[in-house]
Amino acid sequence: MSRVWKFGADVDTDQMVPGRFAPYMRPDKDVADAAFIEARPDFNREAVAGDVIVAGENFGCGSSREYAPLALKRRGIAAIIAPSFARIFFRNAVNLGLALFVAPDLVDELQEGDQVTVDLSAYRLLQGERAHELPALPDFARAIVEAGGIVAYVREHGGFPEVQS
Amino acid sequence: MSIQSLELPEQQAERAGWQRPMTLSEQILSRAAGRPVAPGDMVVVAPDLVMGHDSLSPSIIKVMRDQLGVDRVFDPEKMAIVLDHVSPASTVGTANSQNIVRAFAREQGIRLFDVGRGICHQVLVEERLARPGMLIFGSDSHSCSYGAVGAFGSGMGTTDIALIWATGKTWVKVPPTIRVQVRGRFRPGVSAKDLALRVCRELTIAGATYAAIEYHGLDWLPLEGRQTLASMAVEVGAKAGIVPPTGVVTEQLLPPAWLQVHEDAVYEQELVIDLAELEPQVARPSQVDDVCDLSEVAGTEVSVVFLGTCTNGRYEDMRAAAQVLSGRRIHPNVRLMITPASSLEMQRAMRDDTLSTLIDAGATLTTPGCGMCMGRHQGTLGDNDVCLSTGNRNFRGRMGAPSSRIYLASPEVAAATALSGRIAGPEQV
Ligand code: SF4
Repeated sequence: MSRVWKFGADVDTDQMVPGRFAPYMRPDKDVADAAFIEARPDFNREAVAGDVIVAGENFGCGSSREYAPLALKRRGIAAIIAPSFARIFFRNAVNLGLALFVAPDLVDELQEGDQVTVDLSAYRLLQGERAHELPALPDFARAIVEAGGIVAYVREHGGFPEVQS
Repeated sequence: MSIQSLELPEQQAERAGWQRPMTLSEQILSRAAGRPVAPGDMVVVAPDLVMGHDSLSPSIIKVMRDQLGVDRVFDPEKMAIVLDHVSPASTVGTANSQNIVRAFAREQGIRLFDVGRGICHQVLVEERLARPGMLIFGSDSHSCSYGAVGAFGSGMGTTDIALIWATGKTWVKVPPTIRVQVRGRFRPGVSAKDLALRVCRELTIAGATYAAIEYHGLDWLPLEGRQTLASMAVEVGAKAGIVPPTGVVTEQLLPPAWLQVHEDAVYEQELVIDLAELEPQVARPSQVDDVCDLSEVAGTEVSVVFLGTCTNGRYEDMRAAAQVLSGRRIHPNVRLMITPASSLEMQRAMRDDTLSTLIDAGATLTTPGCGMCMGRHQGTLGDNDVCLSTGNRNFRGRMGAPSSRIYLASPEVAAATALSGRIAGPEQV
């Protein structure tokens, strides 16, 4: 069983991993150790693989630092659920194979500390007796996430997913 | 790259149904995709220029080599690497990473702008690598700055840039465009930064997410003001922020004939800003759209003033500050840090008395580059420091200690604040 970590709106990438904790500044450290190190010390100490982030609008605004979603990915975060994501964060997270879900209703329903289990293969989030459906990403992004990230996708298929024209 | 290569071949234009009125972003992405595009389309495009900086290039090199298994970049001519984020290196680790990037650039034949040359977004414009009509991606969220010269510039992360280095291609979703219509001219003491902050105030931090912005009514605005404005497009979530190439940009950078403002193009939204009513604006800690008129925060005590960044670190910004500080000394409780945006901008400030005026007033000058903007070196903020910065982001902890606080304002307000030790406008000091 894993838990929900709830965040407000406009969580920026400087909060996820401050620039001073970038891999560039600490080449010998795992960036996962820096996830929300100053903005949310309880998360930094206690978050474990399988946990879920539930946040407000515009999650991931700010810089293009891919090490922000990378820190969450390496921490084993199973899913991030928000009403909307910032553009560069969205790309970076999809490219890394981090599961994102745009689900405003679920954000209202899930509370800090809720015990949940994410079943990505069935696009479901289990909370006690209840099963919430997780809305799939657009096909293009979904293909990348399901392959485990854009690098895995490109290595496997030799190019980007088909785009509709 | 020649200017010629940017021109859309005739039959391609025909196929593109070029007569359909498009926004500037749609025109640039249509050319890059080789077919007419509309907002919402997913397209695979070949960018004209790709920028990497020292902060992410070490990991981009790793992804390209180790994960993608590619040894040579697609076309070194279409690339530039700038060492600006920790410049010069502050630790053995950053020094080693920079040496890896230097060796890579040499081996691949990529043009490298080494430490001291300046901030990537300033250098690419100065070197005339960024030009009107181009599609430019950079490993930096402020790559929207290239909109100042009429290019579509956008930021991406490590893996996206590694894929472009390896393949020359990437995918984008064509954005709808928001039109910002500016009327009138700045009042004295008000400048492009106040307009940029006003746009953040009106559109809010996520107001332009996934969209492009086009700024109209600014044919008279010099290049440096356009750079200030375009650099902050990402602060409202925009993918790109473009000032139509007119006036001085047209004269110096010869926009391609196909890049034209079509008055019938479809905009998603229009925001009108009247400069005659615009007062100096200040963003309060710790969100860039928490913007108010200067009068609301005037008198707030500060410990640090920072003049620099890709938003406001150019000669004209230093000049504006020097005019306020001329013959006076900064407040004894304030540290005034100045980081020119580039070596050329620093030289311009040396040619007249701008730099000497600033240093006489008590300023500390650091190496051209990003300086303390990201809190990594050259003036990192300590606990409870209050900084007024001419930069573009005031997120909690961005410039150092999480308890420090950042206000954002224009160079004029920065100089007046350094003089009085409290947030102030030029008229109050
Ligand atoms: S000056 Fe600041 S905002 Fe601009 S590129 Fe450097 S770190 Fe980024």
